[in-house]
Amino acid sequence: MIRLPIGYYVEKAIDWLTYNLDSFFSMIKTILLAIINSFEFIFTGIPFIVMLLIFVIISWKVAGRNVAIFTAIGLVIIKSINLWQQTMSTFALVATATVIAIVIGIPLGIWMSFRDTVNSFVRPILDFMQTMPAFVYLIPAVYFFDLGPVPGAVATIIFAMPPIVRLTNLGIRQVAEDVIEASRAFGATSSQMLFKVQIPLAMPTILAGLNQTIMLSLSMVVISAMIGSGGLGDVVLRGITQMRVGLGFEGGLAVVILAMILDRITQSLGPKEK
Amino acid sequence: MYYLCYFTENNSIDAYEGNDRMVKLEVKNLYKIFGPNPSKILPLVKEGASKEEIQKRGHVVGVNNANFSVYEGEIFVIMGLSGSGKSTLIRCLNRLIEPTAGEIIVDGQNISGLGTKELTEFRRKKMSMVFQNFALLPHRNIEENVAFGLEIQGLSIEERLKIAYESLDMVGLSGYEKAMPSELSGGMQQRVGLARALATNPDILLMDEAFSALDPLIRKDMQDELITLHDKMRKTIIFITHDLDEALKVGDRIAIMKDGVIVQVGSSEEILENPSNDYVKEFTQDVNRAKVITAASIMKKADAIVYSRDGARVAVRKMRDNSISSVFVVDRERRLKGIITIDDALNLIKTNREDILEIIDTNVQTVSGDVSIQDLIPLFINSKYPVVVVDENQKMQGIIFKASVLAGLLGEDDTND
Ligand SMILES: Nc1ncnc2c1ncn2[C@@H]1O[C@H](COP(=O)(O)OP(=O)(O)OP(=O)(O)O)[C@@H](O)[C@H]1O
Ligand SMILES: [Mg+2]
Repeated sequence: MIRLPIGYYVEKAIDWLTYNLDSFFSMIKTILLAIINSFEFIFTGIPFIVMLLIFVIISWKVAGRNVAIFTAIGLVIIKSINLWQQTMSTFALVATATVIAIVIGIPLGIWMSFRDTVNSFVRPILDFMQTMPAFVYLIPAVYFFDLGPVPGAVATIIFAMPPIVRLTNLGIRQVAEDVIEASRAFGATSSQMLFKVQIPLAMPTILAGLNQTIMLSLSMVVISAMIGSGGLGDVVLRGITQMRVGLGFEGGLAVVILAMILDRITQSLGPKEK
Repeated sequence: MYYLCYFTENNSIDAYEGNDRMVKLEVKNLYKIFGPNPSKILPLVKEGASKEEIQKRGHVVGVNNANFSVYEGEIFVIMGLSGSGKSTLIRCLNRLIEPTAGEIIVDGQNISGLGTKELTEFRRKKMSMVFQNFALLPHRNIEENVAFGLEIQGLSIEERLKIAYESLDMVGLSGYEKAMPSELSGGMQQRVGLARALATNPDILLMDEAFSALDPLIRKDMQDELITLHDKMRKTIIFITHDLDEALKVGDRIAIMKDGVIVQVGSSEEILENPSNDYVKEFTQDVNRAKVITAASIMKKADAIVYSRDGARVAVRKMRDNSISSVFVVDRERRLKGIITIDDALNLIKTNREDILEIIDTNVQTVSGDVSIQDLIPLFINSKYPVVVVDENQKMQGIIFKASVLAGLLGEDDTND
């Protein structure tokens, strides 16, 4: 049997891209870096106690007392194991990836829901993004964006974006036909329909997608630390490479706490059932 | 400034009561064919190809050459069995479904020719719709649902809520403004649907099986409510149902559809009395005729009457001539005075008296012509005489025998023997 030289062509393509689209990639790099840095600047700039308060108030408002208590305890633990700085820098990376996933993913999902052709074209790409082992993204990401937080953010975005796209698409498609018909009968334009009917009704599903996206970006923390994105992933990585079980565990624990807080908050977002 | 003007549309009432009623909506040669290539199939349908033939080519005929006019201020009912094309037809009227061919003319304007912008405007201002499954927006509370049509027209929140409250008040749902749709019963949800449709103050209301999903009792309430509202506002309503009783109750005129074709259009009585074919007849068979047939339609001309100035001898002769044992007495304006029997009249003559007013029995049951047979039946229980149909001035129109009521109930035609 002949061997298809797929890997060879991928390498050639990447070389070509690096060479020819260099300015494009450096623009993306600048933008992403700016976003990550501003998030990090804000999150680490705010004193611990203020940040704690903000988190507790938000989680109380959104998810109730129990989650607020858990949030307070969790964040105090992180502070007490001296990982606050790293947690905030990981949070900045997650926030960046999430914001970008929302900005790209929701419109893409809406477009897919409107056009079956787009849907059938984008779906396999999403499958690819989600199931291709994340490590594989790292190499080209480093090619295009050097080491540091940017390639980590890019790999995270690629890996974490599919759920929000899929669930936006699904949510909009699931809006009941009779409600759409009623809105049309009352003379709603397509944008009124989208913003007053379809998106609000799809919101619970979209938020479920957002939740998954955030969780997936947190799962990329350690992997992206391998290409120098720092934060908690770096702590875990040091634990592994230096055989320091305690350090690795502490880093992992902080990731888990951050994940649980973000999960509980985003799960409770959206309209509450009465 | 936008405001509700439900009670200022009196001109439509005149148009409705008069003989030359104004046509509000006219449908001409309307076709809707579902399938990949409707325009190719259209000529076949026009030539009268069978349903199976069309189906073989992968198409379905939803509406087949519909022609009818709806008058301003009337309730026009479209009825037919499931799959006969009622929903398709009504959705062609506001182009939720795009007709394959034909014209829809509302106030002289051809709706089939409207561009996107004009069509949107038309849907916002001229026509609104009430749906079988209510189709309320589940994420909005009642007032926001009712105000929806006004919101997309760009009204300020104060204006649209004010109108929404008025609409809710009209359907008897004041106090539920902040409730969510899921908290209301089916009947209440449909009231919201009705309020939402009324809020934009449209000329024409489309109602697609609006009450079909409701329990029978609630459904009856809603029918009554609709009739009351219609009496107040005189909007033109196009109402779809597959229930003949409902059609007869709410409808001024009824169109019957079968396989996309309108097979008959007429008033309730025309449809019941002269079903144009077996399909219509089948529909009308199990209807409760007692509720529909009116006194006027089964009354007969009295064989003889006497005038109050006539003497007893004249009365006796008239009764003998017609072989009857009693006769109704009217005054010069044919206003009913009462009834006399032949025995009483003969007794009067024996004592050499003539004035029949001495022996007149005024205990005669009278009804107006639009009373249904159902309400006539009890009148016969307390009366041995026929019931007299009178107009608003007590003028005698005709009489009804017990036997005619029975005949009317059975749907037999005995009015011209
Ligand atoms: N989008 C569509 N595509 C293909 N066929 C359709 C479509 N919509 C309706 N039809 C067909 O057109 C015919 C008329 O359907 P329609 O829904 O108008 O009937 P209906 O009288 O409203 O019935 P029901 O009482 O069940 O509501 C049916 O044979 C139906 O299968
Ligand atoms: Mg229908």
